[in-house]
Amino acid sequence: MADLATYAFTGIGLFFFVAGTIGLLRFPDVFSRLHALTKADNLGLGFITLGVAFQVETWREIALLALIWALTLLAAGTVSQLVARVALREQNKR
Amino acid sequence: MTALSLFAVTGAVLIGIGFYGLIATRHFLRRVVAFNLIGSGLFLFFGATGARGGVTDPVPQALIITGIVVAFSASALGVGLVVARARLSGRAALPEEEDGA
Amino acid sequence: MTLAFNAALCALILAAALATILGRGIFRSIMFFIVYGLLMAVAWVRLDVVDVALAEAAIGAGLTGVLFLAAFGRLVREGAEAEPPRRINPPAAVACVGLTAALTWAWFSLPIPERPGPQLAEALPRAGVENPVTAVLLNFRAWDTLLESIVLLAALIGLWMLTREDDWRNRLGLPQHVRPGGVMSGFGRVLPPVGLLVGVYLAYVGADRPGGAFQGGTVLAAVGLVAAMTGLVRPPRISAPGWRAVLVAGPLVFLVAGLAGALLGTNFLTLPAPVAGGAIFVIEVALLLSVAVTLTFLVLGPPEGENRR
Repeated sequence: MADLATYAFTGIGLFFFVAGTIGLLRFPDVFSRLHALTKADNLGLGFITLGVAFQVETWREIALLALIWALTLLAAGTVSQLVARVALREQNKR
Repeated sequence: MTALSLFAVTGAVLIGIGFYGLIATRHFLRRVVAFNLIGSGLFLFFGATGARGGVTDPVPQALIITGIVVAFSASALGVGLVVARARLSGRAALPEEEDGA
Repeated sequence: MTLAFNAALCALILAAALATILGRGIFRSIMFFIVYGLLMAVAWVRLDVVDVALAEAAIGAGLTGVLFLAAFGRLVREGAEAEPPRRINPPAAVACVGLTAALTWAWFSLPIPERPGPQLAEALPRAGVENPVTAVLLNFRAWDTLLESIVLLAALIGLWMLTREDDWRNRLGLPQHVRPGGVMSGFGRVLPPVGLLVGVYLAYVGADRPGGAFQGGTVLAAVGLVAAMTGLVRPPRISAPGWRAVLVAGPLVFLVAGLAGALLGTNFLTLPAPVAGGAIFVIEVALLLSVAVTLTFLVLGPPEGENRR
């Protein structure tokens, strides 16, 4: 049962990663690429974390997994803000 | 091919790639990056050697950690020199070579 | 399955390395180098050497990446980021293929040694710590680690010597401009507490499990950099005496411990078994602080003033 949940959730997570990567490669400008990247990767990592959480033994490890996900969200959100700001400045310059 | 051999050969190829970057590229910052590739390729080769014979030997591990820190401090100094040179001369790359020179 | 994963990982590492050397533009090269460092950390986990994986992820990918990006930014300010057109250099390529072939031949022809030697297993109970890597770093081969901490200091002094005369009294690194209340300053307030905890924990568990003063110090250095870049703290000046004291504390305590070992009847840098655990703890605390501050200053770079080109 736990294995099944792991397969299902990591599968969904991988789907989001693939979708995000395709978006990153195919979308026309920085902003839509950022949208694809952060949306898909944060959700993808979330689902993979959820899938892995079914395999661990203790609550402590689940808390660690959640912490990793939260920190990644924080970093990804900050970075995409900064990238978007630089891109906006470049656009206005032109 | 065992996993260790796989990583050792990868390390050997990385050393080759890094060495090519060090001698054949012209921008100094890329050369410092290439120097780091050689370093980590060497660490991988060495680390795989240390794991031969079943148990991982802690002595190579300790030496590799020392090596990573030393490579970083060398890179910091190298990068500082590249920036200082760019400030003095306005460039950070070797000049274009004449053909046949 | 395992072999397939390892092979895919090695292929990715080699692809990232090739892109680092052959990719167009220096910025791309740096990006691929960071990716390469993270993949390398995974490779170390696969080889079951977690201590090295931590060091590689923190220093190899993290700090070195920031260092290169900061240098790239400075080169852009000087207008020196452009690369002359690149051509393939056949003799160099042949030489490098030869080098790789020679190393590969060496791997397959060298005899497989019996490891680890019996001496280490015998000596480990006397080391004062459980983690064999920490035992080697801070006790059995303390000589290397002492010199390593001095190399760090020497690199920093060398970097500071590149400071221009006018900038000597300025604060370290480039002046940072951060909008108060913006995303960046918010990030700078959320991350440092977590980073401090992780860094100290890594150094603390290093005695018994993977981790140690260098890995923990790197995480603390990352915290210092985030704090400086987000405007949470202002970097000190070179002349600040307190920070200078922290820089030399690690090597100094290490050296004093080594001399004490010599005076107590064992040899220089050989810690006597009854006090080894305590001595290693004191050395690790001093090293942790010195490594963290030295690495932060190395990445911040020499002082630079405003209004340069």
